[in-house]
Amino acid sequence: MTTFQPVLLEAVGVAGSHTLASYRSRGGYAPLERLLKEKQPTDVIELVKASGLRGRGGAGFPTGLKWTFLPKDHPGPIYLCINADESEPGTFNNRILMEDDPHQVIEGIILSAFATRATTAYLYLRYEYPQCWDRLQGAIDEAYAAGLLGKNIQGSGFSLDLYLHRGAAAYICGEETGLIESLEGKRAWPRIKPPFPAIEGLFRKPTVVNNIETMACVAQIARRGVDWFRSIGVPSDPNNPRDPGSYGPKLYCLSGHVERPGCYEAPLGITARQLIDGHGGGVWKGRKAKAVIPGGISMGLLTEAELDTPLDFAGPGKVGCLGLGTAAVVVIDETVSIVDFLHNSCRFFAHESCGQCTPCREGTAWSLRMLERIRAGKGRLKDLELLAEIGNTMGMMPGSTICGLADGAAWPIKNAIKKFRGEFEDYIKRTNPSGWMVTDPVPALPIVGAH
Amino acid sequence: MTTTQRILTPEMAARIEALAPRYPNRRALTLPALHIVNEELRYVPYEAVVEVAQLLGLAPAEVQDTLSFYQFFPQDKPSGETRAWVCRSVSCALRGGEEILDHICHAAGIEPYGTTADGALTVEPAECLGACDFAPCMLAGKTLHKNLTKESAETFVRDARARAGKSS
Ligand SMILES: Cc1cc2nc3c(=O)[nH]c(=O)nc-3n(C[C@H](O)[C@H](O)[C@H](O)COP(=O)(O)O)c2cc1C
Ligand code: SF4
Ligand code: FES
Repeated sequence: MTTFQPVLLEAVGVAGSHTLASYRSRGGYAPLERLLKEKQPTDVIELVKASGLRGRGGAGFPTGLKWTFLPKDHPGPIYLCINADESEPGTFNNRILMEDDPHQVIEGIILSAFATRATTAYLYLRYEYPQCWDRLQGAIDEAYAAGLLGKNIQGSGFSLDLYLHRGAAAYICGEETGLIESLEGKRAWPRIKPPFPAIEGLFRKPTVVNNIETMACVAQIARRGVDWFRSIGVPSDPNNPRDPGSYGPKLYCLSGHVERPGCYEAPLGITARQLIDGHGGGVWKGRKAKAVIPGGISMGLLTEAELDTPLDFAGPGKVGCLGLGTAAVVVIDETVSIVDFLHNSCRFFAHESCGQCTPCREGTAWSLRMLERIRAGKGRLKDLELLAEIGNTMGMMPGSTICGLADGAAWPIKNAIKKFRGEFEDYIKRTNPSGWMVTDPVPALPIVGAH
Repeated sequence: MTTTQRILTPEMAARIEALAPRYPNRRALTLPALHIVNEELRYVPYEAVVEVAQLLGLAPAEVQDTLSFYQFFPQDKPSGETRAWVCRSVSCALRGGEEILDHICHAAGIEPYGTTADGALTVEPAECLGACDFAPCMLAGKTLHKNLTKESAETFVRDARARAGKSS
């Protein structure tokens, strides 16, 4: 495990790593040129399918399979949208890929566009990444000048335009149909699915949405092959025919209370403890972890006792978390009040809910108001039941909302209250000695500003 | 509101128009256009919304609807010469991000979302800036300020004030 050599991050720390010359010297674009000459789009789809690559943006959907959902023989245009909205708290690996190795991302985009027969690709970049914008635009300009983008790429007959499109600081633009609406110039209200974007997406045309890290993986699969990719990670469960496995390297973002925060590349399936102790230098100040976010704040919480959970696509779900998400691991040390953590989480989701679905708009706002009241020393034990009820009823899983933001808002609430119930009860009793047992309705606090 | 004075300069209109071939319809130019106006004016007054709508062949309400959704483009008055976003999401909050936000606001003599009287600095809370490896952090204009301390936060406020009015 310790001998694993970074591949997706091989350029980090190399002087001038973001330039075309540097990328070529590392073997970049040669696989693209070979595939464009020798192979058909369906061959590239088969390659990615065979690799077992699953999307790195949060949902873990098999990439090759997603591409096969596009209609066959469509007259076009087909669009490719690259999701670089990266706004899940704790997550920053897309930023590092775009800043330090933009050509790796672009090679993956060209290969994916070739496979899906897309002739226009939009890279939707969050506003907060100005350095990525400059690096990407520089790399795109270089690629056009080198005949790697534009008309008739390398004489293959395949043409592709790649454009950057800037967001405006809204988390919901990362949800793939919110992204599409935003690109179309509208408010970023996610769409009801079906139809899925593969059938009717951007500008009502067939569309694939993929994450930046997914694109980098495609480039490396083309360079190093399917066997290399499948030799890394966790194979599919032989007892579960529906488990697609967790193959390949993964970029884990480590932050919060660790000695060495950073983005670390490791085989899928490394445990949270290995990551924190091995890569992160342990919990900071010699303290112990109270809780750890396994994959971005939407995924919920691991307890200290659950830190040996493997961070593959299946692992976090086995201990009640929502999933692997973005594999952003945030360490919360023993001095932090779990009430404060949950308040921070609820504030984020109340701010970022797009407001379209009532259970999400009201559920996120009410959970925040309750946490504010609890922190103000006016909590009641009954609030824990109300919070749990919100957690259990808002989301795509209970079938009450259009997109997964609400599930992501619900999970930290559900996990915190289930796994740290004692701490909540102690807090409420200690801070509200005369009122913790009251069960009557209470007046709400003034409304907080929200999106 | 005068009708003769246009907000959108020919240069801004040309920058927007140059992006048109990238998209199959003009509505997709909405966000790029709003960004161009905001870059130039540091806000997007309603008059500019009307002019953008004219340019794109849309109803002003359509542009205003999109603009208001994001809560990103100020409409009443320009942001300060430096617009700073201080992260308050989980990884930064765990390392003192909220205290840094308070401290910067205190040093600047403003409330969150406020602008200093000299127009030098606007400070806003932000959700995760995607730089949690440098928590607590802040984006000011195009510059990421990493691993903030009270001291570096104070220096930042002082520098922003000293810079005000000197660059265009
Ligand atoms: C609220 C919400 C926010 C999301 N944010 C992002 C994001 O910032 N980046 C991303 O790649 N995917 C994000 N996703 C997942 C996308 O909807 C989509 O699954 C993904 O971009 C597909 O790419 P992939 O298959 O390569 O992972 C988000 C989903 C939800 C529900
Ligand atoms: S679940 Fe929430 S964020 Fe998603 S569409 Fe509904 S209201 Fe918007
Ligand atoms: S939480 Fe502050 S940058 Fe991510």
